[in-house]
Amino acid sequence: MSDRLPGFSTLAVHAGAQPDPTTGARATPIYQTTSFVFNDADHAASLFGLQAFGNIYTRIGNPTNAVLEERVAALEGGTAALAVASGHAAQVVVLQQLLQPGDEFIAARKLYGGSINQFTHAFKSFGWNVVWADPDDIASFERAVTPRTKAIFIESIANPAGGITDIEAISTVARKAGVPLIVDNTLASPYLIRPIDHGADIVVHSLTKFLGGHGNSLGGIIVDAGTFDWSTGGKYPMLSEPRPEYHGIRLQETFGNFAFAIACRVLGLRDLGPALSPFNAFMILTGIETLPLRMQKHCDNAKAVAEFLVGHPAVASVSYAGLPSDKYNQLARKYAPKGAGAVFTFSLKGGYDAGVSLVSKLQLFSHLANVGDTRSLVIHPASTTHSQLDDAAKIKSGAGPDVVRLSIGIEDKEDLIADLEQALGA
Amino acid sequence: MNHDAYPDNYIRGILNSVKSIAMVGASPVNVRPSYFAFKYLAQRGYDMIPVNPGHVGKELLGNPFVASLVDIGRPVDMIDIFRNSSHIMPVVEEALTLDPLPKVIWMQLGARDDAAAAKAESVGIKVVMNRCPKIEYGRLSSEISWMGVNSRTLSSKRAPAPTQGMRLSLNRMSVGGGDTAASDRAAKNKTEQR
Repeated sequence: MSDRLPGFSTLAVHAGAQPDPTTGARATPIYQTTSFVFNDADHAASLFGLQAFGNIYTRIGNPTNAVLEERVAALEGGTAALAVASGHAAQVVVLQQLLQPGDEFIAARKLYGGSINQFTHAFKSFGWNVVWADPDDIASFERAVTPRTKAIFIESIANPAGGITDIEAISTVARKAGVPLIVDNTLASPYLIRPIDHGADIVVHSLTKFLGGHGNSLGGIIVDAGTFDWSTGGKYPMLSEPRPEYHGIRLQETFGNFAFAIACRVLGLRDLGPALSPFNAFMILTGIETLPLRMQKHCDNAKAVAEFLVGHPAVASVSYAGLPSDKYNQLARKYAPKGAGAVFTFSLKGGYDAGVSLVSKLQLFSHLANVGDTRSLVIHPASTTHSQLDDAAKIKSGAGPDVVRLSIGIEDKEDLIADLEQALGA
Repeated sequence: MNHDAYPDNYIRGILNSVKSIAMVGASPVNVRPSYFAFKYLAQRGYDMIPVNPGHVGKELLGNPFVASLVDIGRPVDMIDIFRNSSHIMPVVEEALTLDPLPKVIWMQLGARDDAAAAKAESVGIKVVMNRCPKIEYGRLSSEISWMGVNSRTLSSKRAPAPTQGMRLSLNRMSVGGGDTAASDRAAKNKTEQR
C-alpha cells in the first residue's frame, strides 16, 4: 500500500479494471444494458440528485464505459474522464460546458479536417465562434484573445502533416487569458505525449485511432486535468452557478477538481445524448492494453518509412517530425522523445496525378479515411478529408494538392517500404 | 504534514480508524454538498453528528442537530468542518477545548487555514484540508469509479458488490497522486498566489 507511481504499461493493463464483483470475471464484462435497477426510492433519488455513486441509465454512465474512462484518465494523468460516441462528440460536449452563444474560442489552424469543418460550420450555428491561430506562431494566439474568448484548442501532433505543437507555450497564453487549454491528443496518445504534464486543462481523444488501435470501433473521450479554477468571475456558469437541472447544485463546489468531467456527463452527455456503446468501450479497452507495444512499433516503422521516402527520387519532400532535418524535430525531441507518431505527409514531384497513381498501385496500404489502425493506411487529403477547404486553406492546413498522408501500421517495415517502392517506381 | 499533497496512506489511515464524525455546518438542504457527504458517510457506517446552531431541535437523517461541538457531550474521533476558510479558526479553537481531544480535524473542499492547522497539529491532532471525506472514501474504495473518476488505485482482488450501508475496503494499491498529480500542483499554485 505504499504510494508509488506504477509504469505506463501497468496502468494500460490495470487502471480502472478489477475482477467483476458478482462473477469474478477477470476481463471487463460488457454491460450491454440500457438501465440499472434501484435499491429503493431513496437510492433512486440519491442517484438522480448526484448524491450517490452508481448507475442509472447508459446514456449517463455504464460500468464498462466507466472502466475505459478511469483507464484513460490514469494514462493521461487526469482526475476523471467521460467516454462518448466519437471524437467529434467529445468536442461538442466540451465546448457546450464552456461557451454561451456569442462566445469565442481560439483554435490552431492545423487540425484534422473534420474538426475544421465542425468548428467553422456546425458550431457557428450554435453561436460558438472559432478564431483561427497559427500553431507555428505563438503570438498569433495572444493576438486572438478577446473578452469573449472562453477556450483555446490545439492538437498535440497536428493532422495531417504530423507537426508538433508547443503545448507549454500555448498553455502560457491560455493561463494569461484565464481560459482553459484543450488539447486533442489523438495522434500522439498518452504513450507519446501527456499534454496535462505540459499545461493542458482538458484533453480530448478520438478513441477510434491509436487508443482503440484496430480500426474496429468508434469512440471519443474527454479527460479533466483538474487544474482549472472554474469559479472565477462567473465566466463558466455551467460549472460555477447553481444548476436548475439539479435543484441548484453548483458543480465546482460539489465535485472539486473533477467538476468539469461531471459537467460533461450530467449536463452534456445526459442532454445531448452521444453515448458510447458498451461493446465499443470493451473493444477499445482491449486495444489500450497493448497501446505501449503498438505505439512504439508504429513510431519505429514510421521513422523507417519516412527515411526511405526522403531518399527516393520521386519524392519532393517529407514532413515527419522524427527526421532530424524536419522543422518540428526540436519540438519532437522535447515533447515526444519515444517517437514522433505514425501519421505524416509527403509530397510527390509528379503532383496530384502522381499521388492518385501511387494510391492506386499500393497493395498493402489501404486507401481509406482513418488513421491509427494496425494496418498501414494512405489517403490524398486534398480530395477527401480536407476537400471542403478552399485551396489556400488546404495549403495552410498542410493538405496541398500534391500531398499524400500515411498512417503507418504495425506490419513489418520491410514490407511497407517494398510496397511503397513498387508503387512509386513503376 | 504537507497540506498540498497528502499520501494516500495518511487519508486511508484516518478513514479506516475514525468511527464518529461531527460535521460542523451540516445542512438539511438536500442539494448542499454537506448534506451529500453527511448522508454518504452515514450510509458507510460512520456515527454522524450534525452541528449547526440554526437547526437545533431538528434531525438530519435521524441524527439530532447540536448547536456546537461542546454540546455533543461525548467523545468524537473527527471533526469535519463545512465552513469557508475565514470561519475555520474559531471551530478549531473550540475543538481544542474538548476532552478528550478529537483525533482528526478535516476541512472541506475549498477550505484551508494553515494557522488553524498548525495549532491543531501542535497538540497531536491530524489535519486534512481542502478535501472531501466522501470523495476520498469513494476514491480509495474505487466506488467513485462509477463516475469515471480516476481513483488512483488498482486491485486484482474480487471485491463484494457494494450495497447500502456496507463498509468498503480502502486497502487497494495506491498508484501515486499527491504531488505527482497536475491537479494537486495547480491547487498548490493557487494557494501560493493568495
